Amino acid sequence: MANTASTVPGAAGPEEASSRLQLVWRRFLRQRLALFGLAIVVLLFAVAYLSPYISLWQYTQLDFNAFLEPPGGSHWFGTTQNGFDVFALTMRGMQKSLVIGLLGALMATALAATIGAFAGYFGGVVNTALLTVIDLLMVLPAFLIIAILSPSFRGHTWLIFVVLLAAFQWMVTARIVRGMTLSLREREFVQAARFMGVPGWRIIFRHILPNMASLLIIDATINVSSLILAEVGLSFFGFGVQPPDVSLGTLIGDYAGAALTFPWEFYFPAGLLVVLVLAINLVGDGLRDAFDPNTQGRA
Amino acid sequence: MAGFLLRRLLYLVCLVVIATSASYFLAATQLNPRARYEGRNPPPPSAVVDATLDQLNMNDKVPVLTRYQRWAGDLLRGNLGRTIDNQPVNDEIGRRMWVSLRLVLIGALVGTFLGVAAGAYGAVTQYQLSDRLLTVFSFVTLSIPAVVLGVLFKNAGIGINNLLGFRLLYTTGEMTPGLDPWTVTGLLNRTAHLVLPSLVLIVIAVAFYGRYQRNAMLDVLGSDFLRTARAKGLSRTRALIKHGLRTALIPMATFFAYEFALLFVGATFTERLFGWHGMGEYFVNSVTKNDVNSVAGVTLFVGVLVLIAGFLSDLAYAALDPRVRV
Repeated sequence: MANTASTVPGAAGPEEASSRLQLVWRRFLRQRLALFGLAIVVLLFAVAYLSPYISLWQYTQLDFNAFLEPPGGSHWFGTTQNGFDVFALTMRGMQKSLVIGLLGALMATALAATIGAFAGYFGGVVNTALLTVIDLLMVLPAFLIIAILSPSFRGHTWLIFVVLLAAFQWMVTARIVRGMTLSLREREFVQAARFMGVPGWRIIFRHILPNMASLLIIDATINVSSLILAEVGLSFFGFGVQPPDVSLGTLIGDYAGAALTFPWEFYFPAGLLVVLVLAINLVGDGLRDAFDPNTQGRA
Repeated sequence: MAGFLLRRLLYLVCLVVIATSASYFLAATQLNPRARYEGRNPPPPSAVVDATLDQLNMNDKVPVLTRYQRWAGDLLRGNLGRTIDNQPVNDEIGRRMWVSLRLVLIGALVGTFLGVAAGAYGAVTQYQLSDRLLTVFSFVTLSIPAVVLGVLFKNAGIGINNLLGFRLLYTTGEMTPGLDPWTVTGLLNRTAHLVLPSLVLIVIAVAFYGRYQRNAMLDVLGSDFLRTARAKGLSRTRALIKHGLRTALIPMATFFAYEFALLFVGATFTERLFGWHGMGEYFVNSVTKNDVNSVAGVTLFVGVLVLIAGFLSDLAYAALDPRVRV
């Protein structure tokens, strides 16, 4: 019976699993800062996606009666020199940043989990290749590679950009996953499954990865904020999201020079970006403490 | 120990060779130098374009492997090829690299030193006010993109100048044009230009390093050998520095090379914001201009920089961890 193998770990029973989740959730609820962060993320998410319905202006609309107006009236965040509404632009940018962050983080964590676990479990060539790729990317920062590749996705969908961002975000986690797999591989429940003839890939997805769910959840959260930051950096130079599309990165790039003269153009997108990233990082920190109380106050 | 260092050096050189070759292939296949001529009006005859591109070794009709061979062959003779404007890449890099190195080196050295000190101090005074301040500082700084940090510093500098009524800090360029760089006034002027952009990099490095150093130090603080050192009669400070910090520095040595790459990327932002004509600016412009040889040259520069940093961190590792030396 293949079922027996999956019940061996003990912690995998449905009752105990839910009670552990409840425990983690209770611990998470106890952390005021993390809850605050979560509330901010949810709020920003809601505002970004509801803004087309509540705002008086759309991000593509020009107001020819208001060029470079400071905040006020129907333009809550002011307008740009072309008459674009800064609130609508910022909200549109935030939508894009959030989607890029979430989608990219999911991809990056999934990649890290799969590659790290395969490298740790099977060793050999996969393992060596992984470690070499990680070292190579230390020599050549992802920023440079994505910038060089940017002409190839110019004019195509931004999804290629997200895939590229994710493709350069998984290495550090993969290394940690690999290390954890090395020790999990020797545990009784994995050995038992192996001796019952369960194939390696199924052991990885059924027994090894679920055992590091906490690490993966934390990692995915932190990845969201790092990907949002990476997007900003690349879009600032025009290597990321391409016009006419708008992201927080392109806004910051376009209006960084206006920070002194027309501060609303720069500080609204930049400020909201920092608030968003801080909030996500607070959630990530809270999750870490909730999953592993021993690390409380660390990192 | 010599064996260990030699092995590491060989490995690092291999990494740099592979990384630079890979980036040459990426640049040669993804960038399109021909686009520069296609947009011209009237369009130049294609034979002329081909001849020009051939001369620059950027013709996409030539197999990429052949172009790579020519590029690598030139590189071995110390020639990085020509830019798309038909200038030697060597000259461009020779002029620009000191500009960037000044920023990155100051950021790395000061940032690492302060980061290690702050992280270690934070760990020793865990949960006290200083520790909490450091944690909040790292947390907030690492949530702010380098671009925004740069703009904030630049505007703060302008604000300080306005407050003082004279120009203490400069926010554009690396020195006021027309000054002799090697006189006292010139050096002072350069320092006044250097303060803000390097401060941005220092702050990033301190936040990055401080956070990891604090964790590494916390891991060491509860260990038995520290208690033994105290029991032997060492004072708390001496035990913490000689035995605690030394051990906690070992895992941090590896970060040193990472930090260089990180700071180079950070420097591209500060160079843009503060109008420095360094390697970061060169890289960004070259990608936009489809300048294959320049892009490859910059990646080689970054690779060599990381190689040196990586080797230095191996040296530090060997010096700190006696187990390597046997």
